[in-house]
Amino acid sequence: MDMGLEPHVVEFAPKLMPRQLDARSSNVLQLTLEDIGIHIHTGKATNKIIGEDQITGMDFDVGIRGGVVVNNKMQTSDPSIYAIGEVALYNQMIYGLVAPGYEMAEVAVHQILQTSDTMMSASIDMSTKLKLIGVDVASFGEPYMPADKGLSIIYENKTKGVYKRINVSHDGKTLLGGIMVGDAEDYGILHQMYINNMPLPDNAEELIVGARGEGGGSAFGSVMDLPDEAVICSCEAVTKGQVCCSVIDDGNETVKAIAKATKAGTGCGGCKPMIADLVKESLKTLGKTVKERICEHFDYSRQELYDIVKTKKVTSYNNLLDLVGTGNGCEVCKPLVASIFASIYNETANKQESIQDSNDRYLANIQRNGTYSVVPRVAGGEISPKQLIAMGRIAQKYDLYTKITGGQRIDMFGAQLHELPLIWEELIAEGFETGQAYGKSLRTVKSCVGSTWCRYGMDESVSFAIEIENRYKGIRSPHKFKGGVSGCIRECAEARGKDFGFIAVEGGWNVYVGGNGGANPKHALLIAEKVDKETAIKYVDRFIMFYIKTAQPLQRTAPWLEKLEGGVTYLQNVIINDSIGIVDELDREMQALVDSYKCEWKEAIETPEIRERYTHFVNSEEKDENIEFVSLRDQKMPKEWA
Amino acid sequence: MIANTFETVKTENVTTWFKAAPTSKFPKNAGACIKYKDKQIAVFNFEREGAWYACQNLCPHKMEMVLSRGMIGEENMEAKVACPLHKNTFSLKTGENLNGTLDAIATYPVKVEDGFVYVGFAD
Repeated sequence: MDMGLEPHVVEFAPKLMPRQLDARSSNVLQLTLEDIGIHIHTGKATNKIIGEDQITGMDFDVGIRGGVVVNNKMQTSDPSIYAIGEVALYNQMIYGLVAPGYEMAEVAVHQILQTSDTMMSASIDMSTKLKLIGVDVASFGEPYMPADKGLSIIYENKTKGVYKRINVSHDGKTLLGGIMVGDAEDYGILHQMYINNMPLPDNAEELIVGARGEGGGSAFGSVMDLPDEAVICSCEAVTKGQVCCSVIDDGNETVKAIAKATKAGTGCGGCKPMIADLVKESLKTLGKTVKERICEHFDYSRQELYDIVKTKKVTSYNNLLDLVGTGNGCEVCKPLVASIFASIYNETANKQESIQDSNDRYLANIQRNGTYSVVPRVAGGEISPKQLIAMGRIAQKYDLYTKITGGQRIDMFGAQLHELPLIWEELIAEGFETGQAYGKSLRTVKSCVGSTWCRYGMDESVSFAIEIENRYKGIRSPHKFKGGVSGCIRECAEARGKDFGFIAVEGGWNVYVGGNGGANPKHALLIAEKVDKETAIKYVDRFIMFYIKTAQPLQRTAPWLEKLEGGVTYLQNVIINDSIGIVDELDREMQALVDSYKCEWKEAIETPEIRERYTHFVNSEEKDENIEFVSLRDQKMPKEWA
Repeated sequence: MIANTFETVKTENVTTWFKAAPTSKFPKNAGACIKYKDKQIAVFNFEREGAWYACQNLCPHKMEMVLSRGMIGEENMEAKVACPLHKNTFSLKTGENLNGTLDAIATYPVKVEDGFVYVGFAD
């Protein structure tokens, strides 16, 4: 299709992948493929291919599938000729899979060399997982279930093109087989449960729909529950025991090292996640914690590196790499070190631009078609009509798509690289400053309208939100962080869904930390009640600083707090009761960050060398003509991805 | 199809050394994009490694002209670029997708002479 041709798939059987899939899953697969533009013809046997030089047509006929008949020694009718793989018709079947092919090869080799009398087994495991033009398909054991043998649990979601089926014994205790189309992530463990005859959990449906309730934990248990003889890598026939021995006895502590030593994971690669789990668990049994190592260039955790930079006063990435690292760096350690420099020296992303994540390097968020979005800060979500008009005028001039964000500000999309300094020059002239929407840094502090207008308001939430957003603006951190301020317990600002939140109550402010929305929503936890504004700010100052210094890369406050030993009680002791004697230092460090803020876009447009970075070509004034927009409700959007 | 317009050129097959721009136009340890005929080529001055690299600017994942804006680095001593859109990484030596199964990208030889950067093409 990439070559502009029209692909057709001709299948002899009445449905796709007849050995592995039942009628419904085969149908899901067929619809997904047809959606991509592939024509499917089932129940067609090719009799003749017509045309010279190129195919002009095909003559279909219903006939018996061919193949060279072999016996269980892989011998053809001529005893000195062997056949294996897809040419061999064994048990009246052609096995179009790699694993039976390997097995046949082994039998044939042993027969030819007369080393042992290995025979092909009568029952062949047709389990497989593969990707068919981007669609995950897997099947194992008994894919369809005669009612006298067992029962099926079926999950189908046509909107997502997902079909899953597992077949269990009548007593619900053993897994007999299954099919997965559209999502085959759990194939590895399900296949293991099947071949090792492992007991099923009480609610077998959780195996395909996921566990419900708190945490949504795995229904499978641990990979360590598998017997040692369980084959983890079926391409290379490597067992769980071999993988674990390789870790424990031979000191191979990475998936790569295991692959080198045992060949596990070097075939289809589908078992790699399980090998990674086995490595981790085996190391645990040795009493080794898996060291939090940034990447191959720095053998340290983020916190260790933070301390090194601070105590050794390192100020450049290259120096740090020379001093305590190896090699030439990568896309993992570079932005991490950039973030540490920002947290310690509050330097903007303009200074060491080549170690910044791409978004920080250009001070804008790259969007689907390689254009950027522009988000000025609108502290607390308060914006005057004059500012709105200015923003509207600029957005219109540069033909930008505008939308209100979830953080109570305005996002302008579709700016090309060379337009960014021009747009920001105009915004800054109107009194705007960067909103750091591109950074791992403070995003916004959301507020409700508060006691200035609201008849329920207990305090001025907007004023507080503006003050606190201006206090933390520009501060870069292990991950983005957001705040909220609500004027009463009705909580219209959703402050408890933020990394930090203040809620006005009778007699002061309640302070919450460690919440977020996103993939795993978490409510923030209460750390102080009815405190005055100054105290509330002090606690959150210390919380943020403590988080910045100790969190792992790209870890938000909620998972950080969850992993923090002693949890919220420990946090309260550290930042309120000064149990480890660091609050003065935290206060000082935070104040230094607050005092040294500068708008990095202002810096960028005023510095010619920085402005020069904003050009698509370095040898031409031309624009990127690859960018295409289509219209959308009186605005525009990038052309859809193929 | 736009992806087909890029094809790896080996030094021995170069027919044109295209004079792209002075070295000062290229950021250190990062990328920049040049235009040659209708092609967009990403050029990287991997100063720390003491090497220059060039590859197609098109990321084969979503067909966007963005690779020059990606971060560069190395994995097992092999120079690579990470696409700014989804962090797919490609070897700057072989063009191979290092963290997935995407098509390889085309790479081009680079030489620096008299303060100018030249990229080798066979068309």
